[in-house]
Order: sequence, then C-alpha cells, then structure tokens
Amino acid sequence: MRDFILKRVAVIILPLMSIYGFYVILHGHVSPGGSFAGGIIVGLSFITYSTVYGLERGKVKLPERILTLVESYGTLWYGIMGIVGILKGAPFLSNKLAGFNLGEPGSLTSGGLISLLGIGVGIRVASTIITLFYAMGEEES
Amino acid sequence: MHFTSADYWIMVLLLTLVIASLSMLFIKDLLHAVIVFGVYSLIMALIWLLMNTPDLAITEAAAGICTTVLMMAVIFRTSRKEE
Amino acid sequence: MRIRKLLIIIVALLAAYGILVAVAELPPYGMADNPVHNHVSERYINKALDETGVTNMVTAIVLDYRAYDTMFETIVLFTAALAVVITLKVSKRKEKG
Repeated sequence: MRDFILKRVAVIILPLMSIYGFYVILHGHVSPGGSFAGGIIVGLSFITYSTVYGLERGKVKLPERILTLVESYGTLWYGIMGIVGILKGAPFLSNKLAGFNLGEPGSLTSGGLISLLGIGVGIRVASTIITLFYAMGEEES
Repeated sequence: MHFTSADYWIMVLLLTLVIASLSMLFIKDLLHAVIVFGVYSLIMALIWLLMNTPDLAITEAAAGICTTVLMMAVIFRTSRKEE
Repeated sequence: MRIRKLLIIIVALLAAYGILVAVAELPPYGMADNPVHNHVSERYINKALDETGVTNMVTAIVLDYRAYDTMFETIVLFTAALAVVITLKVSKRKEKG
C-alpha cells in the first residue's frame, strides 16, 4: 500500500496507539483493561505499521529473531516469577505470602507480583500477535 | 418487569448483533464477511460496556479487531471469493 | 433431498425452542439474590483489596487467585503461535528448495 493519506494518518495515530497499549498494560491493576487487552493493542500498532509501510520495513523495525526471543522469555518470565515464591518458602506463584511489598492501593507500584506478571503477559501476547501476522501476511514470492 | 434505558439500548444492539451474524452467513465475498465480523465484535464491546464490564469491553474490542486483521491477512494470501 | 431439508429445519427449530426455554428460565440480570452471588464472590469482594493490594478486582482474580490458570493460558497461546509458525514456515521452505 503506497497511499499518501494512509501514511500521514499512520504517523499521527501510531504513537498514540503504542502509548495507550503500554498504558493499559502498566495500569492493568488500577484501572479497567488488563495485560491481555494492552498486549493486543501494542501488537496491533506494530501490525498497522507493517500494513501501511510494507512488511519488509516492519521486519526491519522488529526482526523476527528478537520477536522469537521476546516470546520465549516472556513465557519463561511467568515461571521465574513463580519460583521466587518457592525460594522464599511460600507456595508457587504466591504474592503476599512470599513477602512482596503490596504498596499503597491505587498507585502504580501496588500489587507486588501482579504488576510484574502483567508486564510479562502483555509483552508476550503482543509478540504472539505480531508473530501470527508475520507468518500469515507474507506474500508469496 | 421494569426496564431502564440501558436495557432498551441492549435490546437494540442485540437485534443488530443477530442481523450481523446472520448476514455473515449469506455474504459471498469473504472480505465483506470479515468486515461484518469486525462490526459484530464492536457491537459486542458496546453491549459489555452497557452491562458495566469495561474490562471485557476493552478486551473484546481489541481481540475482535485483532482477529479481523489476521483473517484479512489470510484472505489476501488465499482467494477472496467463496467457492 | 427435500425431505432431508425439511428434517434439518425441524431439528433446528426444535433446538432453538429448547435454547429459548432454557434462557427464559435464567434468573434476571444483575439481581442481588441470584445464585451466582454465593460465598466465593463475597470473599473476593471483601478481601481482595487486603490480600492483593489491587483495586481492579478482575486483575486480582486473574493474576493472583487464579495465577495457575493464566500461566497455562499463556502456554497455550505460545503453543498455538508455535504451531502456526512451524506449519507455515516449513511449507514455504519446501517450495523454495
């Protein structure tokens, strides 16, 4: 797609989409939303970029090698965060029992383990969406 | 039985939902059917919003658009017309 | 062929009737004395803020009380993406070579 209007609109709308996606991920525990929806919004912003400017430039911006690493370690991140609980003598994936600082309710740093897990889930959902789009959107040469 | 104004809005939106999902069956052009699917998920998000579940509304809107985009990618790779 | 279509329509109407009867038996939406509002939801509403320190109760349930569920959900997503990538990439490589 080599449309001028589309490119101009994308320049305006893409930063807002990315920022809103990260906002929804980071504020998943104090406001409506959550890591799943936020991850999908972040992924959709990258998909918009590679739809408007072409898949080649999208792959330059976010190479598939980095994408694979992010996806795998995002899944591993959840398990690592769970094992922290075991190391402190509490059950797997425990939050308050493992001694995480819960913080003041309503602030960005509250929730202890929950915000950390949310960041991991959001990043790996975004990378999954982009991987699916790269795999399905490739034009046959 | 007492209805509030949100209930009537939900009824109208549910009727639109039924029409959209039925028309998806009969549209031959797959691209148009996928666009109607996007409309379906947006109406569903509005219904969740009227039912006081903003969490589900955000997730439904994002996931519906995401599946629409992925289906469009598949359609551009394969054939557009239904056999 | 016509009898088969008629049979299909009859079965579909019967199924629709059954579903409508079942839906009509559901309790009204949002009432306080519905059977969903048992001791489980009461406990979440009363204690979620103390036990997790999170104001959004949905996130508290998804990522704290039901953290195992979310973990295997992410693993399912990972496996699905893996299957798609494996299927599409291998077929493409075979076309080239």
